[in-house]
Amino acid sequence: MNANAPILPILIPLLAALLQMISGHLRFQRAVGLLATALLVLVTGWLTLLADDGVLRVYALGDWPAPFGIVLVVDRLAAGMSLLTAVLGFLVLLYASAGFDERGVHFHPLFQFQLLGLLGAFLTGDLFNLFVFFEIMLLASYVLLAHGGGLARTRAGISYVVLNLVGSALFLIALGLIYGTLGTLNLADVARALALPGYDRSLARLAFALLIAVFALKAGLLPLSFWLPHTYTAAGAPVAALFAIMTKVGIVAILRVQAIALAPAMPDLLDNWLTTLALATVVFAALGALAAVRLRALVAWLVLLSAGTLLTTPAQASAEVSAAALYYLVQSTLAGAAFFLLAGLISEQRGKVADQFMAGPPLRATWLRIAFLVVATTAAALPPFSGFVGKVMLLTSMRDVEAGMAIWVVVLMSGFIVMATLARDGCYLIWKHKAASRPLTGDPVGWRRATATMLLIAAGPLLAIGARPLSDYSARTAAQLHAPGAYVTGVLAAGATPTGRGARP
Amino acid sequence: MEVLLSIAIGVLTACGVFLILRSRTFPVLLGLTLLSYAVNLFLFASGRLRVDAPPLIRAGASYADPLPQALVLTAIVIGFGMTAYLAILALRALSESGADHVDTEQER
Repeated sequence: MNANAPILPILIPLLAALLQMISGHLRFQRAVGLLATALLVLVTGWLTLLADDGVLRVYALGDWPAPFGIVLVVDRLAAGMSLLTAVLGFLVLLYASAGFDERGVHFHPLFQFQLLGLLGAFLTGDLFNLFVFFEIMLLASYVLLAHGGGLARTRAGISYVVLNLVGSALFLIALGLIYGTLGTLNLADVARALALPGYDRSLARLAFALLIAVFALKAGLLPLSFWLPHTYTAAGAPVAALFAIMTKVGIVAILRVQAIALAPAMPDLLDNWLTTLALATVVFAALGALAAVRLRALVAWLVLLSAGTLLTTPAQASAEVSAAALYYLVQSTLAGAAFFLLAGLISEQRGKVADQFMAGPPLRATWLRIAFLVVATTAAALPPFSGFVGKVMLLTSMRDVEAGMAIWVVVLMSGFIVMATLARDGCYLIWKHKAASRPLTGDPVGWRRATATMLLIAAGPLLAIGARPLSDYSARTAAQLHAPGAYVTGVLAAGATPTGRGARP
Repeated sequence: MEVLLSIAIGVLTACGVFLILRSRTFPVLLGLTLLSYAVNLFLFASGRLRVDAPPLIRAGASYADPLPQALVLTAIVIGFGMTAYLAILALRALSESGADHVDTEQER
């Protein structure tokens, strides 16, 4: 059982999706989906506990050894990220099961395929397989984005699909260049081949620059981030909440490729440009948040802001920075998702005004106001919640790096802008009412949506209380991530002789 | 043959990029198709060009690298699915908004 554990997070959503496609009955699909994601949480949690012994678990698909076959590699990073995906997936599905899934067809199978793509992208140890899982994730996300219909979603969908198709083309060019120069696409084997002489260094550099650019498109690095705010604004609340982890896939991919392949062979590839662009993204996102006219747009800009903040970390190539980045990543994903779900609930209770920042009817469910306060405090990185802890850890870890001063100034200034924005816009949502207006009658929130939203919001306080265990786990994860030698030998030792130029025709 | 292939890839890419930058959805769709042809040829070429060599390893005989061919097959299937979805999405946008501009605000 233990030997087959790494494949389970991919098999469970796959089987669930197939089962859901057999019967279009909504209650059946909901039950299967919730059961599968609950099982996924347990399995990935178990995997995370297993992975904490620091041993690299390599699963060779079809038992083809590492450089020839495709491998799944479970280290602490992969296991921890799959647990995060599973938890987020379960709560978002619980929210969506309260009625959102009725607004279009095939929501449930697509949701499982989206999880499949996300989990596969975290677990795979092969670059071409990473491309395939990216495409599964994207294809599901294209359809989920359009779920619920409406011109705004179709319009946002077109630019999102076109951009990502161009991104996929660039991804394939990068992969072709890597295979052409190094003769392998397995990440560990690529790292091994990069350390040897006898390949065209400028071509390999170009290939990795393209690869990083593709990941940066997914993560929303500035010149490539204009699609993100309006796409996330157009998506339905649960879909946007699930999308909150999609930018993180790009960031984790950059971190992993940087730590394993680039740091030993071409450590200067990310220098001077990635951090600058990431800081520009932070400024852009803070200004965008300030200019947002509705809550969902504001949250989309905040997701971009957290992505920009995280993108300052890969170029530092330090385990301490990565450890802080991983804590920040976990808490910002959960906070972003919670905020999207909450925006959905708030918008529903305000009638025609929806989530626009203008005076409207008072909120019927009073707990939403407290929930807004908690999640806004987390998102604005104010004490005492996890946003604050994450930002303090990130800034502390970067006090000694070269660009540290610039990062401190930009991140703190943008934090101030976000705080002011949230305070201003929160007043509109919670306190400003038209004279003598009464709460609207309408659908109640319901226990499913309330539970899902509350649990995600509770992550803010809980991750602050449990900051020590999580940051210790992040530190161990980062230490494992920044030991590329162990990764390469761990993956390749499971197989036979490595490939290389000599082995090719 | 290398020259011919690289010219073909270059022309396809140039046409693809030009069409993607158009403002209506149909040229964009065609552009993406051309770009994916170029990318598929490029992937194919990453295994080196060999004439009269099957992608099978037999004793003594010369053979072509089979991996890029498998990669190209995967890329073709994925690209085809994506393009089909984009076509449907573009049709839906056309029926909903009455215009086929990529970023249509109103009819122009």
